[in-house]
Amino acid sequence: MRFQIERRSQPSAVMRFAAPVVATVLTLAAGSLLFAFLGHDPIDTLYAFFISPLSTMNGLSEWILKASPLILIGCGLAIGFRANVWNIGAEGQLVVGAIAATGVGLFVSLPTGLLLPVMVLAGMVAGMAWAAIAAFLRARMNTNEILVTLMLTYIASFLLSYLVHGPWRDPDGFNYPQTALLPVEAMFAPFDYAYRVNTSVFLTVVAVLAMWLFTERSFLGYKMSVGGAAPQAARYAGFKQSSSIWMGLLISGAVAGIAGMAEAAGPLGQLSAQISPGYGFAAIIVAFIGRLHAFGIVLGGLLLSLLYIGGEGVQMDLGLPAALTRIFQGLLLFFLLAADFLIFYRIRVIRRTH
Amino acid sequence: MDPRLELRNICKRYPGVVANDGISLTVKPGEIHAILGENGAGKSTLMKIIYGATHADDGDIVCDGQLIETHSPSLSRSLGIEMVYQHFALFESVSVVENIALSVREKYDIPALSRKVTEVSERYGLPLDPRRLVHHLSVGERQRVEIVRCLMQKPKLLILDEPTSVLTPQAVRKLFDTLRHLASEGCSILYISHKLDEVQELCDVATVLRNGTVTGTANPKESTSAELARMMVGSEIPETHLDPSVPSADPVLSISTLSASAPDVFGVDLKDINLDVHGGEIVGIAGVAGNGQAELISLVSGERSDHATDAIRLCGTPTGGKSAGERRALGLAFVPEERLGRGAVPTHDLGDNAALTAHREGMVAHGLLNRRKARQFAEKVIERFGVKATGPSTIAQSLSGGNLQKFIVGREIELHPKAILVAQPTWGVDVGAAAFIRQTLIDLSRAGVAVLIISEELEELFEICDRLHVIADGRLSGALNRSEMTMESVGLLMTGRDRNSNGSYDHALSD
Repeated sequence: MRFQIERRSQPSAVMRFAAPVVATVLTLAAGSLLFAFLGHDPIDTLYAFFISPLSTMNGLSEWILKASPLILIGCGLAIGFRANVWNIGAEGQLVVGAIAATGVGLFVSLPTGLLLPVMVLAGMVAGMAWAAIAAFLRARMNTNEILVTLMLTYIASFLLSYLVHGPWRDPDGFNYPQTALLPVEAMFAPFDYAYRVNTSVFLTVVAVLAMWLFTERSFLGYKMSVGGAAPQAARYAGFKQSSSIWMGLLISGAVAGIAGMAEAAGPLGQLSAQISPGYGFAAIIVAFIGRLHAFGIVLGGLLLSLLYIGGEGVQMDLGLPAALTRIFQGLLLFFLLAADFLIFYRIRVIRRTH
Repeated sequence: MDPRLELRNICKRYPGVVANDGISLTVKPGEIHAILGENGAGKSTLMKIIYGATHADDGDIVCDGQLIETHSPSLSRSLGIEMVYQHFALFESVSVVENIALSVREKYDIPALSRKVTEVSERYGLPLDPRRLVHHLSVGERQRVEIVRCLMQKPKLLILDEPTSVLTPQAVRKLFDTLRHLASEGCSILYISHKLDEVQELCDVATVLRNGTVTGTANPKESTSAELARMMVGSEIPETHLDPSVPSADPVLSISTLSASAPDVFGVDLKDINLDVHGGEIVGIAGVAGNGQAELISLVSGERSDHATDAIRLCGTPTGGKSAGERRALGLAFVPEERLGRGAVPTHDLGDNAALTAHREGMVAHGLLNRRKARQFAEKVIERFGVKATGPSTIAQSLSGGNLQKFIVGREIELHPKAILVAQPTWGVDVGAAAFIRQTLIDLSRAGVAVLIISEELEELFEICDRLHVIADGRLSGALNRSEMTMESVGLLMTGRDRNSNGSYDHALSD
């Protein structure tokens, strides 16, 4: 007897949509086992992880606040991923976006109504420029954009570190590695001053709708999807490959830059050495959980955000280790990819008849 | 005496398709045994099972009276079974003898092995220089390397998978001599083909497959082509009908003195190509694969347009520097040889695949793609060209090769082109669909369109072309008209024997 993996002739349409649900259920089951093993009641822990964060206004505010950048970046990345353009360095583009926007907010004097839009623009352009380096190298010299974008992330974070430890450090900041606080007119207004969630979520809403329009309706999105699925067919049809690379990287860089700007001009109000808890990397997971589809990404972003704040919750309430959040994310991605694989392939047991 | 090979009730299922369904056959020592069948009949799967590269789900393989329990290619080779694949497995950057050395199990040294290679190749009439690098060799020579590699093992059963698809008619004759010589020494040969004439000329016994089952066993030398074809296809083969052509005064597609260096080291340089295709006629280009067809196609289609040359004109307009899309706007349509991945996006549905080239037909407005129009276009193609698909939502890769080809040909025709370039129009297409596609191309040309066909199937070209060129080593011969198209004349041109002349056909014959 042996096992053999073979392609399914007709992938089930139902399972394509059920797979994320199945993966989530399996993640919860595996997580329960893990909690039980650590000596905690699984039901209580799952409650603390997933339900109690959503039972307070503050929890809901934090949930949306953290989901927003994940969704925003996820949308941009998914456009590239659909065209086989692999921007792994959204984290770096986020950081330079935050740097540029904070620079404008702190050191450029502009009319009140103009300051915030210019900061958005600065964050966007900086993110695009950072991604453009990788796009140029890929389009001109066929460099692997996975490596280039990833390495540029480290350069960006050292640049940030240099600025907040050096020239941009707040002179009145007790030597903490952070800039001065942004003026109020350089920040997104919160919906309610008791909570942190702010008007920058509208940027995310616009991005989701724009992405849906781009991927599902636009001719440009169609051309990019052809280029990603079958490069030779794109050449046959006369679509330029290099424009897919540029589009994929510039769009994802732009939204990552905006997300970085929204962090600095939102919950943080300044630039510090830790501008992002890894949104740029987590957004990769979000894009795939959402099947590279705009509305799927919204759900993926909400789920991952819940994992973040739930993880913080169980750390504080139950004293579970911080690594648990990471394990949960990992489990979810693992089950999701496995479920995905089994949509298109099946495992067959072969018994020889002799 | 035990048969050399006996198959009993071999079954092999792949998801959604039964490749082999209860196949039994017997091969005697020294017998040349044909496995005859259309593309997709299950021939290649069966050969891989015999060689041990794939395992049967059910059934027995008996070799020289010995039941094979757990099969593998290495067991095959220890039993004296050798296989020449349709697609060669050679390392291009090393020499012939080094490639052969890879499959020699005893101890060897390269000079001694070289002598042995030369000896074997001379004995069987397969001239080969063991020191040459494989990437310098023609496809025919590469096949010789594969065959000599097998012969070095003194095989008892040699399997050849469609060996003549890459050979000129003359080279085919030489190969047959070699195979007869081998058989006379007691080596059994399994010869896989879908070409009736070859099987009738060479083989002692033919086992005919259709849809994975044996539909008959015959002595091909005593059976008529019609009888064998009926076993293969299951019905009579429809005939195409060709009216005399009325060519337009000016050529629609014209290529004059086109020379281009190959895009990479393994490509072919094109040298001084001249070709005119008028509206209302079908012009063919024959030739063994890898003689510059791919390079010529990509330059005409515009997929490779880095060559800012005006040697190619469409309706009198120079196409230098024009992209594939811009050439389509001038009235060119193109059906490439690779259907999945080039002519169609495998994972997209037929509606989206219609938009691939038909997006110019008013499907794009304000930067948005009108998918409703794309679906309507796909529906029209499906209906008019008899594509077997449930509708525009069918995913391209779920269609059979013949149906997808009908869809692509149909899509390109529905663009109402002035000129159409078709590469391998009926490759891997079943006989019924192939006849339909040929007739469609004839009708298209008689409606005034310039049709250029590049194919390796000589019978097909003879059947539908008004004029025929032959490409060899990047050079194009002069045109042959219908009365000049014979196996002999085309075969000579395929060897490139006229390469020092100005490309005319008379020189080739007198050479």
